[in-house]
Amino acid sequence: MNHSPLTRRRFLARSGIATAGAAFVTVLPLLPAQATAESLAAAIKEIVGSAKLNAGRVTLDIPPLVENGNTVPMKISVESPMTAKDHVKAIHVFNEKNPQPHVLNAYLGPRAGRASISAHIKLADSQKVVAIAELSDGSFWSASAEVIVTIAACTEEVT
Amino acid sequence: MSNALIRLPRSVKKGEVFEIKTLVQHPMETGYRSGTNGTIIPRDIIEEMICTYNGVEIFRMRMSSAVAANPFVSFHTVATESGTLFFRWTGDNGFKLEETARITVA
Repeated sequence: MNHSPLTRRRFLARSGIATAGAAFVTVLPLLPAQATAESLAAAIKEIVGSAKLNAGRVTLDIPPLVENGNTVPMKISVESPMTAKDHVKAIHVFNEKNPQPHVLNAYLGPRAGRASISAHIKLADSQKVVAIAELSDGSFWSASAEVIVTIAACTEEVT
Repeated sequence: MSNALIRLPRSVKKGEVFEIKTLVQHPMETGYRSGTNGTIIPRDIIEEMICTYNGVEIFRMRMSSAVAANPFVSFHTVATESGTLFFRWTGDNGFKLEETARITVA
């Protein structure tokens, strides 16, 4: 029989579980949403797959010390002849400690002439930024930079 | 109302590589911030930007919340012929902005 009468002991046992569950649920949102080294690795793996990630050919130009994480200028250049046979297909940018690891994905081709893009990004903390170039021959090249942020983006309260 | 600003050389030589700079007015609300009453401000970002040169796509970018407000993006292209550069930004809440620029190839 499942429906045994609700005794005091059973009631307490159940409400204990319920309270523990509620406490668990309410505690979770208090943890700051943050990408981790693992989620960064997972996001990179999504792009690179089983291919080898080589170091080099990519220049990631980002200031090592930024005062305002809300607008961080960033420039990425890749050494490539940018011909129909040998060109950069895409440039992917990731971060380590923003709420999510993705920053941007830029898709270019031989028509770009020069594999060089720039954009302004947000950084929620002092962290590592990773740029990955996807080449037409299927190889992947990367560069990373450590950035120290004085005023973080994303997390501030709106007043 | 959103506005876009596009900066490119007035005229370029054929075969020359030139830079295109773009700036769009947009809050790029991350969806991770809380407002004065403690509730999360819903995400409102530009998700994609495309540029075509006389109808052929030359550049596309997927953006996340980590792109700064009023997104500034610059990239390069080879001058092939005189014509039109067409830009389109699309994003949350049905955001769509289109802009064109003329390029003269000498």
